[in-house]
Amino acid sequence: MSARISRPMVGFLALLAIALILAVDLATSAPPDLFTAPPAFALGSGQAPGGAHCSGS
Amino acid sequence: MVLQRASVVLVALGFIGFAFLMAGPRAGLLVMVGLGFGLVLEGLRFGFAGPWRMIVTDRDGRGVLAQLIAIALVAAVAFPLLAANPTELAPAHAPVGLAMILGAFVFGAAMQIVMGCGSGTLVNAGSGNLGGLLALLGFIAGSFAGTLHLGWWVGLGSLPVASLQGLFGANLGLVLTLAGLGLVGALTIFYAAPGKRLPPRRLWIAAALIAALALANLVIAGQPWGIVYGLGLWGAKLAQAGGADLAQTAFWVAPGNAERLASSVLTDVTSLTNIGLLIGAFAVMRWRASPGAQTQALTLGSYGGVVLAALVLGYSARMAFGCNVGAFFSGISTGSVHGWVWMIAAFAGSVMGIKLRAVVLRPVAPRGVAA
Repeated sequence: MSARISRPMVGFLALLAIALILAVDLATSAPPDLFTAPPAFALGSGQAPGGAHCSGS
Repeated sequence: MVLQRASVVLVALGFIGFAFLMAGPRAGLLVMVGLGFGLVLEGLRFGFAGPWRMIVTDRDGRGVLAQLIAIALVAAVAFPLLAANPTELAPAHAPVGLAMILGAFVFGAAMQIVMGCGSGTLVNAGSGNLGGLLALLGFIAGSFAGTLHLGWWVGLGSLPVASLQGLFGANLGLVLTLAGLGLVGALTIFYAAPGKRLPPRRLWIAAALIAALALANLVIAGQPWGIVYGLGLWGAKLAQAGGADLAQTAFWVAPGNAERLASSVLTDVTSLTNIGLLIGAFAVMRWRASPGAQTQALTLGSYGGVVLAALVLGYSARMAFGCNVGAFFSGISTGSVHGWVWMIAAFAGSVMGIKLRAVVLRPVAPRGVAA
């Protein structure tokens, strides 16, 4: 099967999958608010990290 | 070729700009960090699952040693940074427990069948590996499924969260971490065959770049490099769009996770670096004069086995509080005891997975050859 599907084609399909996830996300989630966006760097921001990580439950 | 390379640059810069304009400078920077990971992992062939297989099958310790060097470089900077900035930066600490150990063992086995770990699956998909793309879809579904049962697994029994800096202080914790990495490195060199002990120049450079990118991730995001959370979040988003009611699940009603679920993935740290990583791997593949041959064709049953193993990979990564990146790389480099336990359990699983590879991954017989 894979002999007929080139690497570039699979790569483009992967990008398409990401684009679909982003489209679903943008259609169903609250859009990001640039006015409440965090500072560029967490270090030196004075803010507690608010992101989620795999090590959390 | 020029047009092809220009289009690669356009895709990469386009997504950086998109994230920047939509979600702010931190989002744009995190996509750049992710792109860097993808460029280094694919461009310099730095991996996790492959070297863990090579040390067993070929007594080739070069890739494992490069991993240890990268982790040590991160730890040397991350320990003092975390100690000096405890309110702005968070480590990757998690509890050691029965399910965590089982999850790491199963993850180690599954990553050998899938032929990629957490980061490897994204790299493989982005660089055009068909099995990698199928595995990515399974990984997304599995890491989401893992979130649905995580509370039950944790309830089987776990110790309080323990870290080396918490037990011994930041300075001694760092010394013990570097000593532990040195010991594993020495065992690797001792076991490896002559000529397969010290990493080549390419892997030294890759280890330094991966360490620099991991530290950039910490400084920009306030948390270490991770993979699995973002993939589970994508699965949750898709499930919710399909009508699933996640308000009934303990994981997704927890304040931090509920906020992530309600917000755009463009505000989620691991989603941004994951997307950047995949685009980076894609860019390397398209940049080359020849993208290379597709991986060996497998039987349909084997491709089914890859998807199933990837489901297990994602699910077990949630049980284990992270994959090779979130638990092993970031856990150890920020002092988590669970990172060390993860490494031991996952390596044992990896040895079993290597044996299962031959059973699950069956290539298609060449045309004209009777089965």
